[in-house]
Order: sequence, then C-alpha cells, then structure tokens
Amino acid sequence: MKQLVAFIRKEFYHVFRDKRTLLILFGLPVVQIILFGFALSNEVKNIGITVLDNSHDVTSEEIVRRIKTSTYFLMKEPVLNYREIEDRFRRGDIKCALIFPANFAEDLGRAGNAQVQVISDASDPNNSTIAVSYIQAILANYQQQQNTAAQIPYQIVPQLRLLYNEEQNGSLNFIPGVIALIFMIVCTALTSVSVVREKELGTMEVLLVSPFKPLMVLVAKAVPYLVLSVINFVVILALSVYLLHVEIRGSLLLLFAESILFIITCLSLGLLISNQTNSQKTAMLISMMGMMLPTLLLTGFMFPLENMPWIFQALSHILPSRYYYIIIKAVMLKGLGFSYVWKETLILAGMALLLLFVALKRFKVTLE
Amino acid sequence: MKVLLFILQKEFRQIFRDRTILAMMLIAPNLQLIVLPFAANFEVKNVNVAFVDHDHSTYSRQLIGKIGSSGYFRIVDYALSYRGALKLVENNEADIVLEIPSGFERNLVREGRQEINIAADAINGTKSSIGGAYLTAVIADFNQSLDVNTKLAAQGTSVHTGIIEVTYSNWFNPRKLYKYLMVPGILVLLLTLIGGFITALNIVTEKEIGTIEQINVTPMKKWQFILGKLIPFWIVGMIVFTIGLLVMYVVYGIVPQGSFAVLYLFAAVYMIAVLGFGLLISTFSNSQLQAMFVAFFFMMIFMLMSGLFTSTDSMPAWARQISYLTPVTHFINVVRLIVLKGSEFTQVKTEFFYLVVFAVVLNSAAIWNYRKTN
Repeated sequence: MKQLVAFIRKEFYHVFRDKRTLLILFGLPVVQIILFGFALSNEVKNIGITVLDNSHDVTSEEIVRRIKTSTYFLMKEPVLNYREIEDRFRRGDIKCALIFPANFAEDLGRAGNAQVQVISDASDPNNSTIAVSYIQAILANYQQQQNTAAQIPYQIVPQLRLLYNEEQNGSLNFIPGVIALIFMIVCTALTSVSVVREKELGTMEVLLVSPFKPLMVLVAKAVPYLVLSVINFVVILALSVYLLHVEIRGSLLLLFAESILFIITCLSLGLLISNQTNSQKTAMLISMMGMMLPTLLLTGFMFPLENMPWIFQALSHILPSRYYYIIIKAVMLKGLGFSYVWKETLILAGMALLLLFVALKRFKVTLE
Repeated sequence: MKVLLFILQKEFRQIFRDRTILAMMLIAPNLQLIVLPFAANFEVKNVNVAFVDHDHSTYSRQLIGKIGSSGYFRIVDYALSYRGALKLVENNEADIVLEIPSGFERNLVREGRQEINIAADAINGTKSSIGGAYLTAVIADFNQSLDVNTKLAAQGTSVHTGIIEVTYSNWFNPRKLYKYLMVPGILVLLLTLIGGFITALNIVTEKEIGTIEQINVTPMKKWQFILGKLIPFWIVGMIVFTIGLLVMYVVYGIVPQGSFAVLYLFAAVYMIAVLGFGLLISTFSNSQLQAMFVAFFFMMIFMLMSGLFTSTDSMPAWARQISYLTPVTHFINVVRLIVLKGSEFTQVKTEFFYLVVFAVVLNSAAIWNYRKTN
C-alpha cells in the first residue's frame, strides 16, 4: 500500500511538471465547451431570404414585413426577376425565395384564393423543410388575423409543449454530446502516452526491475489523471450550469458516479493503447486522430444512429461514449434516476473491467 | 532556383521512401470519404409518436389514423395515461406524445374549437422541431377535411375565402438526400486533415531527429525551405482532391454542376492556405506531441464550426465571426456552391479573395516564424 502511494506520488510529479499537458487537459475542454455550447444548436435561424414581388400590393407587402421582423429570416435585397433568384442562390446569398404572382391581392379578394411560391435550397434538406414550415406558419398566422372568414368554423388547435427544454435553450442539444466527446478523447489521449513515454525515455527498464506489480503500475498511472479529470468535470459542469444555463435535473451524486465510471473506462482504454504501442506518436495518432471521427459520428449526438447502416450501428455499441451520452442525457437533462440507466451503467462497468484486464494481460514485463 | 530543385528532390525522396505515410495520405482519406457519408445523415425518418386517447370517439380515431398514415410517423404505442406515454419518452422510445382529452369530439362540435396536447422531447432538437412541424401540418389538413367543415362548405357558407396557398419547390436537391450536402463537405475536411497534419508533423519530425540542424547550416533561404516543404504536399493534396472527386462521382453519383477549372482554382489556393497553417503549427511546436495536440484542438474547431454539420447562419454573431476566420468555412461553402449549384467564378469571387488572404497570411507567418537559429 505504501509502495502504491509512493508510486502515485511519483506520477503526480510527472503530471504537474508537464505544464503543457496540464494546459491541454484544462484549457481544451473549457474553450471547446464554451465555444460549442454557444455556437452549436439545432435551431435554424437567420435564413437568408429574398422576395420577388410581382404584385406590390398591401397584402404582399404586409407579408414581407412580417417575414422581415421574424428572427428566423434575414431579408436580403429583393429581386426583380426569376433569373436573378438563381443567381442569388449561386452566390450563396439566400437559402429561400418567396414569389408573389402579379395581382396577388386581387386574386385573394376576388377569387378567394391566391398562390405564393416558395423556392428553397434543398441542398441542406432539414433546413429547407424547416424554412418552408416557418413561412407557412407566418402566412397562416397572417390569414387568421386578417380574415376571420378564412378561419374554418371547427378546428383542432395543437398545443405544443417542449419537454425538458421549455425555454428552448439551444445549448441543451449539444452539451451532453460535447462533454462525452471531449472526455472520451482527452482521457484516452492522456493515459495512452503514459506507459509508452516511459518506454521511449528508457525509464521503463527501471520500473520493470523494481518489485512493482504490473497492476500497481497501471493503477498508479491512472490515478493522477482520474483526479484531474474529475476536477475537470466539475469545471465543465459549472460552466454548463452558470454560463450556458443548463439545468441539472437529476441527482448530482448519480451524475458524478456515472461520470467517474466513464472517465475510468476511457483511461483504461488509453492504458491499453499505451501498452500496445511503441511510440508516443503512434499512441497519439490512435487516441486522437483515430478516435475523433468515430466518436463524433457514432456517439449519437450529431447524427441519429437509427439512420445509419447496420454496420455503423453495430460499431457504435463498442464505443463507451455512446452509453455515457445516453446516461448523461437521462440523468442531467431528463432528471431520471438510476433505474433508467442501470443497463448502460452495467455495460460501461463491464467495459472498464475488460479493458483494464486486457491492458494488464498485455503489460509486458520484459522489454523485448 | 537550383537550390529549390534540390530541396524538392530531397522532399520527394523522403515522401516516396515512406510508403506507409504515402498510403495514409492517398488511400485513408478516400476510404473515409466512401464510408463516412453513410453515417452522416441527419434525415428525420420516423418520428416515434405515442398516443394517449382519452376520448375514443370517431374524430379522435380519424385523427390518429390520419397521423399514422401520413408517412412521417411511427406509432409506438397507445398509452392509457399521459404518465405512461411519458415513460416511453424517458426510455427514448417515443419522441412525441399526442394527448387527446376526453370530450374532444363533443367540444369540437359544440364549441367549434378543441385543443389537443403535443409534448415533444426537446432534447433531440431536430426531431422535435421537424416532428412538431409535420404534426401541425397534418392537423391543419385534418381540420380542412373534417366532415362538419366540408358539410358547411357544401351548404354554401364558403369557408374558402381568402386562402393563401403555398406551393414550394426544392431546388438543387429535389429528393432531399443528405449525401449532396455531406460528401462535398467531408471531401474538404479530409483535404484539410492531410494538408494540415502531415505538414505539421513533417517539419517537427526534422526537428526531433535533428536533421533540421543540417538544413539550417546550409545557405538555403527561409522561403526556399518553406516552399520546398509546400510544393510536394501541394501536389499530393491535389491528387487526393482529384481522387476524391472521382469517388464522389463513382460512389455517390454526384457530378459538379459548375466548371472544374474554377473548382481546381479554389482547391489550389485552399491547399496553399492549409499547408501554410500546418507549417505555422510546426514552427511553433518542438515535438510531434505538441504539434498533434495543437492540430487536434484546431481540427475540432474546424469540424464543428465550419458549417459542415450545423449551418453557420444559425450561430450567434460572434461565433459566426470565428467560423469566418477559418479557411475551412469558406472552402466548404464554395465547394458546395460549385458542386451543387453550379456557381460561376464571378458569383463566388469574394470567397476566392478570402482564401487568397488566408494563403498569404498563413504562409508569411510561417516563413516569418521559422527560425534558423534557436
């Protein structure tokens, strides 16, 4: 036990001496959580729109005014003909165009109905769907206010309630995913160089001839990073709550316990990588570059997993971050208890044990 | 000039000698280009909806039937209570709960107006907003077709006065397939990865193994050294870009609508900018580890802020400024414009200007910051 404490102390010295890694450990997550927390959101806003108004009557101008005041749209210079619309799309200036036919108001008054045409840039499919639905909503709203006769006598009015996110805080959609992504990569990267660094520096030899057991070496390597990562987690959680106004609905204790479990899993994965590789460069390439894209894609926070081919869905099951993402969403945002996430917790715990076990088995007690 | 030729000769030899790096540069990006777009699909297919019907009337059943057959929704359950339906949301089985109150039909016919409750899981933002929009559209349609309304219309009290119909057309991607958005973007990302990383690692490796010392004692000028590093990787980058365009055509059937000449012109300038970025990182770092950490940090920002996955328009103003400060944002935008919309050079010339500025600034900074002596 005393040996272990001494050993852990040695590792702490290593970590604290390396100021640059410390900066990365704390600086990178903080900067990224602030940046992405504010910048990333599923909300579609400021859609560039232009109007081709062949009618220029009271009605069409009123509708244009309404679109102008909506925060969803950014009204660009109006166009004068159809050809110009195409040109503006090609400049990337607009994402949407609204066309009023000639005699719009007259048709509306006399014939009882008139058509407007919406052209949307479907190269971004979801945004184009949402833009069209915004315009439809604005038009429907206008008609109801202007023309009570247009209102159908019997109607069902949907009341939309947004669960777990009543204030429509955009940060909520991405914060859990970004936390899972950052911890997955930073924690894995940290331990992935730890053992291999000793190999490169030649101090491994010294370690191996000492009476330490491999398990102790691994545990001692992981403990300082575990402590630092937990502190890091507290910082990030504080940032999310106080800066990004993410409300933690569930039990803080459970959230911490689950997070520590996830951190341990990632650190174990790093240790395994470290035991398998022979240079820090390879270890880093695997843990950072190799893991970045799969983690980003398969965790499930960017792209819905259900849309993916089965092979990706299968692959996503071996990523610890996938389970942690489900847990953190449930506990932090939905306020659910342990009974909802025990399955995921069990899988994470199993993964951690398995990774540690394999890392231990792979720990070479000789240099050759 | 002659000096430059010698350096180039040296660099090319080094590149061709290391087959693994060469393969990593040429094959890995294209493999990713083949695989990744299959995963990068934001399409909202089945919005899972759970019904709570407290009324069990003809109208409520008609409404549920209409929603079920609209094609956007997958009915997961008919729950007995709101609590039960909420449980499904908590377990991620349902995205939306539609609750029809008791007395729904009676109130509708008597008072002409009845509210129904829709609760959407707003943690999954896209699904809840698109699902909500679909559901509202289906209900609006259902209102029109309600038999009490159609009967009234037939009696002559026309309800169709002053209705604005919206017709819409989807340009550039009528079938709304995500591959058109993703493939060009991912191609740019991969070009950035090789351009930025391999050069960053390249100079740092020379620093680590000490060969930079040998170069520093030669009478070679700084710009010659930088240019010697730049040209070979620029050529590799352009080859990767060409293969990428081929993959785009063969695998995804996407043919650039615009001219290839403009596309290549942009790619050429962009490659110089990205390589300059990699060189700049390498002049700041002393070890491969540092270079990789710094490169990783910027890569994350490039990937998530460049508008590849989420539109830059929706970001707050300050975040948009940051995203405009990365060359990636501009190039992704241009590639999408040229490939999908067939934009001509005059239509995208401001972006060209931006990229030229990036190329000049980043490379000058790299030359300026490269020190022959410590």
